[in-house]
Amino acid sequence: MPLRIGIDVGGTHTDAVILDEKNNLIYAVKTQTTPDVTTGILNALRDVLKGSGVDPEEIQAAMLGTTHCTNAIVERKRLNRVGVIRIAKPATLAIKPLRAFPADLREAVGNLWTIITGGHEYDGREIAPLDEKELREAARKMREQKAETIAVCSVFSPVSTDHEKRAAEIIAEELGHNFPVTLSHEIGSIGLLERESAAILNAAVISVAEAAISAFENAMREAGLHKAKLYLTQNDGTLMSADYARKYPIRTVASGPTNSIRGAAHLTQLQDGIVVDIGGTTTLVGALVRGFPRESAVAVEIGGVRTNFRMPDLIAIGCGGGTIVRKTDSDVEIGPQSVGYDIVRKGLAWGGDTITTTDVALASGYAKIDDPRIDLNRLKNLDGSFLTRAVSKIISLVENSIDKMKTSPEPLPVVLVGGGGIIIPPSHYDKLKGVSRVIRPEHFQFANAIGAAIAQVSGEIDRIFTLEHMSRDEAIKQAKEMAIQEAIRAGAKPDTVQVVEVDEIPLAYLPGNAIRIRVKAAGALSM
Amino acid sequence: MRLLDERAVEDIAIGAAVLGTGGGGDPYIGKLMAIDAISEHGPIKLLSPDEVNDDDLVIPTAMMGAPTVIIEKIPRGDEALEAFRILERRFGKKAVATMSIEAGGINSTIPLAVAARLGVPIVDCDGMGRAFPEIQMVVPHLYGVKATPMIIVDEKGNLVMLDTIDNTWTERISRAATVVMGGSTVIALYTMTGKQIKEATVHGSITMAETIGRILRENKKNPIQAMLEYVKGYEIFKGKIVDVMRRTVAGFARGEARLEGIDEYSGHELLIRFQNENLVAIRDGEIVASVPDLITVLEAETGQPITTEGLRYGYRAVVVGIPCNPKWRTPKALEVVGPRYFGYDIDYIPIEERMRKR
Repeated sequence: MPLRIGIDVGGTHTDAVILDEKNNLIYAVKTQTTPDVTTGILNALRDVLKGSGVDPEEIQAAMLGTTHCTNAIVERKRLNRVGVIRIAKPATLAIKPLRAFPADLREAVGNLWTIITGGHEYDGREIAPLDEKELREAARKMREQKAETIAVCSVFSPVSTDHEKRAAEIIAEELGHNFPVTLSHEIGSIGLLERESAAILNAAVISVAEAAISAFENAMREAGLHKAKLYLTQNDGTLMSADYARKYPIRTVASGPTNSIRGAAHLTQLQDGIVVDIGGTTTLVGALVRGFPRESAVAVEIGGVRTNFRMPDLIAIGCGGGTIVRKTDSDVEIGPQSVGYDIVRKGLAWGGDTITTTDVALASGYAKIDDPRIDLNRLKNLDGSFLTRAVSKIISLVENSIDKMKTSPEPLPVVLVGGGGIIIPPSHYDKLKGVSRVIRPEHFQFANAIGAAIAQVSGEIDRIFTLEHMSRDEAIKQAKEMAIQEAIRAGAKPDTVQVVEVDEIPLAYLPGNAIRIRVKAAGALSM
Repeated sequence: MRLLDERAVEDIAIGAAVLGTGGGGDPYIGKLMAIDAISEHGPIKLLSPDEVNDDDLVIPTAMMGAPTVIIEKIPRGDEALEAFRILERRFGKKAVATMSIEAGGINSTIPLAVAARLGVPIVDCDGMGRAFPEIQMVVPHLYGVKATPMIIVDEKGNLVMLDTIDNTWTERISRAATVVMGGSTVIALYTMTGKQIKEATVHGSITMAETIGRILRENKKNPIQAMLEYVKGYEIFKGKIVDVMRRTVAGFARGEARLEGIDEYSGHELLIRFQNENLVAIRDGEIVASVPDLITVLEAETGQPITTEGLRYGYRAVVVGIPCNPKWRTPKALEVVGPRYFGYDIDYIPIEERMRKR
């Protein structure tokens, strides 16, 4: 029977699951996340194989959601020295590449950049022809300055990819075909600086990703997973092949919350609703739209850099299972500080001296935890009015976040996943404001790894169409067809591909003959 | 005279987004251009209008075109240099400074970048005290100042000099030229003498934008109230955006946003009509504010301004109204920027009066 493994790295735990071809859960494990991330992933792989006892030959695919790249960017560690080539002259000289980077990150990626002649207008005309001689010189100079990877960004590459693609050919001729090159149009959308920054960050984590992927591939081989192909989960809830991930590792950033949302959708068969993922330190609230996480409409910062590539639209609040609850003169304060997994030492019920949300849930009697270290007598000094206040605060924090994620006043179903979910009293499930019902599915604590295992394959386009020679409807039709083809090219089964998102944005302040259209299509992985 | 450093430019950009009443483009690009130029050429000199001699020459600068194009095809940075050279020759004297045409949106920060890059001072005033979409919608127009001779330059070096019979023609021809030149251009227009600056502009607008930005940055407890006290504005509504409709008509993003009241506004509804900028606010069927007074949507918790392009379902917002400069309240001015010009068949009533009646 063909099986799949899903692994997802969280802040506290690294989870692994095995699913069969009908997406039934065969086995699941939770392990500690390790500082190097890789060890934790390998432990999870080993444990899930050993615990389930399945024949490794039956595993057809492994889906991995990892935090390697996010960590490297946030910690400014192990980053590549990136040569930035912007194709734009004479335009854009007013703001240099890397200008919007925090100084320490700018230094960490080497601060090597140049602007050469070329780029396009919004309607696809050239600003200037690509200066190939200048480009060759720039490439050679980048190598002399010890660049390890190159990021290329040309003006309006989402409209015309010509100059970036030609640049890739020329750089390959100059620096060799294996020299890592990131093209901005593969990552970001309209907005030169944000797209360029995203491309630079991608180029900066190439080696980190390469090491992580190779380590996992080796571990798969050693474990006897000879038939399994490796995929990495992206932050839009879809997959990329290991080889693609080696080129575009930045797309793994924020894949964890996305996997939770997708897993919640799968476990409940819900297409639209709100997902509340309560962990140890934070609660993440996201929106499920047609089975996928809704994408953020605003620029998202990664490591202090404004980027514009797709990210899930999330609200994070400091209210998880280990969040600290304080008495004040007249009121009660929830968080945002948390004891995290230290709850087993610091939590009041465990004999510590810190009141946490979990202690409140235990003392109020609506939560039970099967742990011999817990003594409920330690909670008897918590008075009733304090508990009532704390519980109502927790509920209103979650209620407000749910409401902020909604797009209309109509009540929506909410899926509650994550280990910290016990802090919401089940008696309130049907009383939450703006919520039609609360679903707490079986295997809720593995929603993230399950989300990784069931991830689909997608294709996306985002470009400006000029409406001189075609109607708006024709433009949208063409865009949809392009997105579907992209999804099939990425490995989706053609008959399963569906358009999941269409966005159109008119260009303001210009007499109306141009429109920006964004389409995403997704389908099941063909195995 | 005082100096504007990077911090000041950051604050001005936030204040400019508030004064931009939802339109005028994100001041972010102009801010980064100014910061890039400051890092190479040093801080910007800010002159108050009375520091400019009556016969001195001041050349306002701005950008024209679609913000979506500007965020992708950023300017070269020194486009205005050639515009200055030609206008100085035409007027027969050196310009002493540049200034902003708009206090709001991207065009509030572009002249800062020009000032830093060209090494000329900027005057603490602007042509609107807010943002408006068309070239004739400026206070100097009311005082008979012509926009032309106007220079339109693109990053490629193409330069158009325009002489027109009136400012409406200036608007039409320059926008057509901008489209052909690639959707965004740097413009220099409404060249004025010091005397004209003193009577025909809105004074203190850069300091105002900077102060608004500083209040929103520093006041973590109640940023919106503190800001309203400073600008003598009003909280019109607090609510959640529940519906946004948009369409593009003749190059302008028109639409409306509907908010459902929260807290003390619970049970009430606010409708905002916009055409790039927010133009009319209607509460439970009754107009509460209209152009040329400023209507701005702020993120409820942080006070950060939200543009009409950024309006989105689910946002918690406080809508504020700020009285416009009194120069916009004459019958002649209202012909140019009153509600009827934008197609709303209503009389303009100053926001102070509308609020007093409530």
